[in-house]
Amino acid sequence: MEPLIRIRGLSKRFGNGCNRCLSATGPEFETNMCPHCGSVVACNDVSFDLFKNEALGIVGESGSGKSTLVRLLHFEWDATDGSMEIQRNAGLDTMPELFADGDLYSRNLLGLSPFQKRQVRNALMGIVYQNPFLGLRMNVSSGGNIAERLLGAGWRNIGKMRKRAAELLEKTEIPLDRMDEPPKNFSGGMQQRVQIAKALSNNPLILYLDEVTTGLDLSVQARVLDLIRTLQSEYKLSLLVVSHDLGVINLLCQRTMVMKYGRVVEAGLTDQILQDPQHKYTQLLVASQL
Amino acid sequence: MLTVKELSKDFTLHILGEKNIAACRDVSFNVPKGGFLGLSGPSGAGKSTVLKCIYRTYLPSSGAVWYDSAEYGRIDLAILPDRAVIDIRTREMGYVSQFLKVIPRVSALDVVMEPILARNGVSREEARSRAVGLLKRLRIPDHLFDAYPATFSGGEQQRINIAHAVSWKPRLLLLDEPTASLDSGSVDLVLELLKELREEGTTMIGIFHDSELMASVTDSIFTIS
Amino acid sequence: MQMHEWLEQEDLLRKKGDSIVGGYPYGFMDDGAKKDIRRSILKAVAIPGYQVPYGSREMPIARGWGTGGIQITLSLITPDDILKVIDQGCDGSVNAVNIKKFIQAVADVQITNDTLAATVVQTRHRIPEEAMSAGQILVLQVPYPEALREVEASEAETRRMHAEADYSRMWLYLYEDIVNYGEITISYRYPVTVNGRYIMDPSPIPRWDVPKLHMAETLFLFGAGREKRIYAIPPHTTVEPLEFEDHTFRVEDFSGKSCARCGATDTFLDEVIENAGGDRVHYCSDSGYCDKRSA
Repeated sequence: MEPLIRIRGLSKRFGNGCNRCLSATGPEFETNMCPHCGSVVACNDVSFDLFKNEALGIVGESGSGKSTLVRLLHFEWDATDGSMEIQRNAGLDTMPELFADGDLYSRNLLGLSPFQKRQVRNALMGIVYQNPFLGLRMNVSSGGNIAERLLGAGWRNIGKMRKRAAELLEKTEIPLDRMDEPPKNFSGGMQQRVQIAKALSNNPLILYLDEVTTGLDLSVQARVLDLIRTLQSEYKLSLLVVSHDLGVINLLCQRTMVMKYGRVVEAGLTDQILQDPQHKYTQLLVASQL
Repeated sequence: MLTVKELSKDFTLHILGEKNIAACRDVSFNVPKGGFLGLSGPSGAGKSTVLKCIYRTYLPSSGAVWYDSAEYGRIDLAILPDRAVIDIRTREMGYVSQFLKVIPRVSALDVVMEPILARNGVSREEARSRAVGLLKRLRIPDHLFDAYPATFSGGEQQRINIAHAVSWKPRLLLLDEPTASLDSGSVDLVLELLKELREEGTTMIGIFHDSELMASVTDSIFTIS
Repeated sequence: MQMHEWLEQEDLLRKKGDSIVGGYPYGFMDDGAKKDIRRSILKAVAIPGYQVPYGSREMPIARGWGTGGIQITLSLITPDDILKVIDQGCDGSVNAVNIKKFIQAVADVQITNDTLAATVVQTRHRIPEEAMSAGQILVLQVPYPEALREVEASEAETRRMHAEADYSRMWLYLYEDIVNYGEITISYRYPVTVNGRYIMDPSPIPRWDVPKLHMAETLFLFGAGREKRIYAIPPHTTVEPLEFEDHTFRVEDFSGKSCARCGATDTFLDEVIENAGGDRVHYCSDSGYCDKRSA
């Protein structure tokens, strides 16, 4: 089985950088800031595959580079280096120009124009942020938030868009009579569910989840996680789950990468990471679990 | 079917001053297709460690775990890429732990149905009827089917665990004290199920705390010293 | 007219002395400024609907009072031209009259109220009722050239949105309008898609005038002097108002009403309170056309 996307050598540096940045940062040095030039190596040389219908966890503490990774893969930030390739026939039929004749994988998506990146994102990706303010327009109706993505994908029928928005809100357990209310009126858990509905509106293949349950009450966390599990199996989504919470990772993900100071220190099966952690930092992380 | 060769597992605890623990050392055995091997040995000898190394919950430190996969042919599970291990777990290899790993807010019936649906490519109705049949055989009361196993007794939970593991008829089944928390009546039900599974061709490796019981269900025993 | 002819005419005018105000060159602006603006116009024509930034010059009237339109007119006009200037359809309003006087003083052009006789029509907030032809140019004065400003305050961001054709937020604005009010409530400055690419502000013309921009014979030039932008719709260019399949664009409805002066039932009408009793009557907004019909 071939992966859906291939990530190779993904790096992001903030600052001008120098030739000693990489040799002076990382877990061994307990910093991601270069002592020589002050640049921050937010993530360095990250490579992995994401398969169809699998959930890959990325775990690490604040500043480990896990959210940076998602921002790069969602084309919000430009990578300093690295590539992202998608398998042919994965849902980009409308953009044949991305595939050289006979190649199974696309050219580097990170090198596309902003316009093309937007097209790829609209066709393939959804994202749910920890902070709903990043993913939602708080003053626009919940239905409108979903419609925005549909409009971006070329939908031009109000009735059909409202029908689709209603379906998604129903799936995410938002009462339909609140469809025309803005998310600012909603609780944190409801806002997260509107975000999920919005992220799913374009039928994405890849869903990025960035600390989606952080900051929610435990019972609300549980409902959001249940929803994600249900939706993943229903829509055969590939999930990239970023969390500092091993419990969330354990519940959702079969494979996990552990990040620290911008580097992947360990990658493996989630049960292996939890029961037989290899790296010192992973052992500390597992031992620190409540 | 499965050949474990000079398997060793050490744990290096970096956060406890690089402490090294040898969990098992140079274990070698062979299980033929359709066979049922019992693992015995004193407590702490590394029986569970061996099973977890085969299942790859533990990363073997050295040695090999040769497995004749239906999908991949002869492969070494010790060094197989993660993704392929997931595939083998999904299609071929099952594991029953001592306790049910409870997935929150999933009903007993769904716990048992899920692997059938995911693996056997049958309709929802068919999966449901198989799962119901299995739960009935294991004498789980009807009114518990839609309840969450987190609220069940230890014995009920373990029967759910076993139903979950055998429902999809894995090709290779690893059993780590599956009957430890069961009363004798339930033990017989489980052994009956395992017997049927063997007749349908499943190869098994098991750890049982009761040596008489182990002798009665397995066809060979390997003792880890 | 060839450039050398133009220059000869300018020389001639300068010698006449009395046609030139205060020693300014022909058309008020110097040749460099006119060339600069004409280059921006050419670029605007080449990329229909795209806002071309340009160096807006000081005019002897305040910015925001039609200086964008005046600069375009002055950069194009020759003594052979016949100019019409209207303000909300009216040839005789103060603003229109003053602009006409100014342009006449610095460019010595003939003035007309007849849309069909004019070679250049400068207008604020209306397009004449009579269909213009290929030889004519309509110059529109634009207060706010950015159609996306309603949904995005940052200029850097609206430029990015145009560059990437990222218009979902504009569409979302219309969606919310329909959800909240049952219809699109924009009455003027109705956003349009030009040539299937850029969303453009057609200036504050009523919806009534928007269809006139579509596949027209005439060149439309838009000038925003204060905001320093020029854009254009060349002849035979598609101009589509933003609309939904189930909520289509509609023009103003004047059914049952007619012009109290000329009796027209097919023109854009202004509502006027006629007397102290509060009686409402309607007149053609396009005064030149109304005059023609009444004559």
